[in-house]
Amino acid sequence: MLWNLPFITVVVLTLIGLVTVLLKKNIIKILLGLNILQSAANLFIVALGYREGGVAPIFTLAPSELMVMPTPQALVLTSIVIGVATSALVLSFAMVLQKKYGTVDIDKIRRLHG
Amino acid sequence: MTFADFIITNAPALLIVVPLFAAFLCPVIGKISTTVRNCWVMGMMLITAAIAFILAYRVFATGPVLYVFGAAATNLAVPLDSGGIPIRIIFMVDAMSAFMGIICAIVGVSVLLYSLSSESRNSSLEGYYTLFFLMIAGVFGMVSTGDIFNFFVFLEILSLASAGMIAYRVDGGLAVEAALKYLVLSTLGAILVLFAIGIYYGEYNALNIAMIAQRMQYTMLDKIALVLIVAALAMKCGAVPLHFWTPDAYSRAPSSVTAFLVVASQASLYGLFRVVFTMYNVTMNCVTVGWIIIILGVLSMVVGVTMAIPQKDIKRLMAYHAVSQTGYMLLGVGVGLAVLGNVALTSAFGFMAMEGGIFHIFNHAMYKGLLFLTAGAIVYRIGTRDLNKMGGLGHTMKYTMIFFIIGALAIAGIPPLNGFASKLMIYESVYLFNPILAIIAMVVSILTLASFVKVFHSVFMGPQLPEYAEVKEAPLPMLIGMGILAAICILFGLFPQPVVDMLVAPAVHALADQGGYIASVLGGA
Amino acid sequence: MDLFAPLLTGYGIWAPVVWLVAFIAAFIVVYLIWKTGESSYKKGTELERPYLSGNAEPEKGAVHIRASNLYWGFLQALKGYYDVLVPLHTGVLTDYMIWFVAVTALLLVIVGVLS
Repeated sequence: MLWNLPFITVVVLTLIGLVTVLLKKNIIKILLGLNILQSAANLFIVALGYREGGVAPIFTLAPSELMVMPTPQALVLTSIVIGVATSALVLSFAMVLQKKYGTVDIDKIRRLHG
Repeated sequence: MTFADFIITNAPALLIVVPLFAAFLCPVIGKISTTVRNCWVMGMMLITAAIAFILAYRVFATGPVLYVFGAAATNLAVPLDSGGIPIRIIFMVDAMSAFMGIICAIVGVSVLLYSLSSESRNSSLEGYYTLFFLMIAGVFGMVSTGDIFNFFVFLEILSLASAGMIAYRVDGGLAVEAALKYLVLSTLGAILVLFAIGIYYGEYNALNIAMIAQRMQYTMLDKIALVLIVAALAMKCGAVPLHFWTPDAYSRAPSSVTAFLVVASQASLYGLFRVVFTMYNVTMNCVTVGWIIIILGVLSMVVGVTMAIPQKDIKRLMAYHAVSQTGYMLLGVGVGLAVLGNVALTSAFGFMAMEGGIFHIFNHAMYKGLLFLTAGAIVYRIGTRDLNKMGGLGHTMKYTMIFFIIGALAIAGIPPLNGFASKLMIYESVYLFNPILAIIAMVVSILTLASFVKVFHSVFMGPQLPEYAEVKEAPLPMLIGMGILAAICILFGLFPQPVVDMLVAPAVHALADQGGYIASVLGGA
Repeated sequence: MDLFAPLLTGYGIWAPVVWLVAFIAAFIVVYLIWKTGESSYKKGTELERPYLSGNAEPEKGAVHIRASNLYWGFLQALKGYYDVLVPLHTGVLTDYMIWFVAVTALLLVIVGVLS
């Protein structure tokens, strides 16, 4: 049971993120929901990389035996960087829309439709 | 090693390096002068296109090209001491990837040539060209990577650059609204892809597409991962009912960018096909997934074209047609997928349907790019995109009108243009699979023609209107950009069979042949 | 490789070059007919003006049929369809995301459970 705790957290975070994204109307809150979803995905990948009794792949300190592959950590680092870029872009869009439309409510940002 | 050898050996890497280099040096070069910057971007685009063509020639002549980053030899996918696990990032350029690369190179050159004059009125173009080259790098990366996580990274590079491009002309906030919708949906889709990648990694300890394909079990987890990836990429390529961002984004992006967004969507389509054919192939339930893709395709065709007819904004109308044409590709390839396990049906019409679908990708990129560029030329000259305000432009914009006619006839599938060749292949092979689908496809084609007759009549026909008496023909670089695409539309329509033999059939066989893909990655060590 | 090979569709063939020849032949016929037309009219005179049974020519903008007038009948005939379809494109991002998540869930059920 305890081993599954990270994965249970992933499920909970995913649900929180999805509900936030789908029900909130403020662009900034939608972005926060996306970030929570992204954290869930990151946690999922990091949790998959855990090996019981594994040795951290730090060459200078590790004993010279088999080490854990650092791939998931590398993936998550990349994914976090992408997440930062996305957040920055969405926030800048929110700023421009606040200036031009006077609102960040997604229900009112619908001049393009039909 | 001579310089030519170096280029040929490292072509897959240079395909990404050159656009990135061009992108990030552009703001610096732009400080010198506008002319120098224009020469820089055009030169770099031509170099990128040349590399893509060299690579494509090598792939079509000698077979798939494997490029392993950081390995002792460029084709050493599995390091000798790794116990048979390919740990490095690899680029795997097979015929299908090279085919997509050619599309990207041709459209990229035309669009860049066009932007040199269509964007010349605006300031701060350094950012524009930087984002443009990032999009090019994203598309080339997506179509040539052999690593599923790498695919995700390039997908995100492409999404971010495209969103920046869509919002580039703020347009009173409208463009930003479109970009926001595109970006939020793309990010949501990308997170689903990331979950799927996590599932593959947890299950097979591999990120390499060939490795995952070899170990594929089609368990419940794989089904979930398949659905997540298919849904996300179907959304990115604009299949109904996930198409809602397409008309907004296509209509509000600068016209030159819209022509390239078509290619960007097709890179997602490529990803979708790559996942279902190369990673899953016959291990999955081909009939169900094939029918899902067929239904998405039919819905896209019908809803796209019927939504296009009442539109009043010329670019929004064309954007709905882009949705509709994507349906043809999904239909053709979906039929090929649905009969994949059955050798007799596959050789009877499955391959032909796939060839039609894949050929249509090429043709669509050409004529849709051409149509968006002509729409851009019209908007550039008269300053409105409202069809109700247009009329009589045929008197002054003759060449634009000719290019528009070529594009409109090609998209409607009128012989002897290229759209007809690929649509005929789709009709006849799909008819053998299920006659109703073929009939729907033909009706959609007729409605497409009807809707372009409306555009043609309201834009170019009628007497010369007094308010547009001063309108001039589009500038020469824009005409050349359109001319390249128009020439390809005509040539590919007149000589379809050589094109099918040379480009399309190898691409389709590379896509359908899962064993060949795995062997060329893992068997090379 | 034969450049002029007809396209094989698995069911029939399509030879664009034949079409092209027919197209050129038709063009020549059209050109010959056009050649026989009257070419001796004087430019810039009454001969060039449209003749509408003696009525005054309407203003140019009024002659042109605008885009929204086209296919009125088609849209009217399919009114029920369009009344459902067009409002679906609400323009609200939340709706679009709900569509996306709902379709993903539906596909999960179809692929994961039913097959």
